[in-house]
Amino acid sequence: MIPAYHALILSGILFCIGIVGVIARRNLLFVLMSIEIMMNAAGLAFVAGSAIHGSYDGQIFFIFILPVAAAEVAIGLALALLLYQKYKTLDLWVIARSKEE
Amino acid sequence: MMQILMFYPSAVIAVITTLMVIFSKNPVYAVLYLIMSLFAVSMVFWSLGSPFLAMVEIIIYAGAIMVLFLFVVMMLNLGQRRVDEDLRPPSGKALILPGIFATILLVQTIACLMAGHPQGGTQLLNDPVALGHAMYEKHYLGVKLAAIILLIGSIGGMHLGRAASFPDTKEKDLL
Repeated sequence: MIPAYHALILSGILFCIGIVGVIARRNLLFVLMSIEIMMNAAGLAFVAGSAIHGSYDGQIFFIFILPVAAAEVAIGLALALLLYQKYKTLDLWVIARSKEE
Repeated sequence: MMQILMFYPSAVIAVITTLMVIFSKNPVYAVLYLIMSLFAVSMVFWSLGSPFLAMVEIIIYAGAIMVLFLFVVMMLNLGQRRVDEDLRPPSGKALILPGIFATILLVQTIACLMAGHPQGGTQLLNDPVALGHAMYEKHYLGVKLAAIILLIGSIGGMHLGRAASFPDTKEKDLL
């Protein structure tokens, strides 16, 4: 039997990696992937909490995270396509500094 | 014992492959490493005593959402250099780490499919029927909210995709 706190530690590590990805990467695709990593880490924390407290609520909330992640990915990737068509790049620094004509 | 064999290798694989996602140059490789990381996290779910969520993670997260990422990466023009890169056969060194990780994850998946429900432990919450009852009896409002979120996501995706398919028209013409 593994202690569920180790899963919480793993979730914290994954969440921190996701934060580093959001801050450090300049490509919009990598930022969206890092947000996915963070959502997945939050889901892992929910499942670990479900194992610690012995109730199904954490697992149910992981199921509720799934549509949130799907909707976020759908809208985020559509925005990425629009940005790429307009600026011909996905570099967020370039997009942020380019002037509106 | 089996849960220990499932948990710690997949935890290490999850951390390393997630780091590879952050530090990789090619978005395609990043998406593939992210799929591997989600696979490892699903093995962690199994060892925590929820085999249903492990399969949901593989099918929906790694199977549907990540394939969406892969489609968009392929739709974006990545340039001629990447095309030339992809024509070369994969070198031996590049295959070592993904090969080891994929083999471990494959063995773990086969083991958890053979074992069915995780054995031992104090809190076993591995009944999908009880999970469904708890979800639709206690949290039915959350189910409705999830449906609304999915509806909003599909409407927003369709609207933005419609704008993306007519790049020359102005924003107000599409509204």
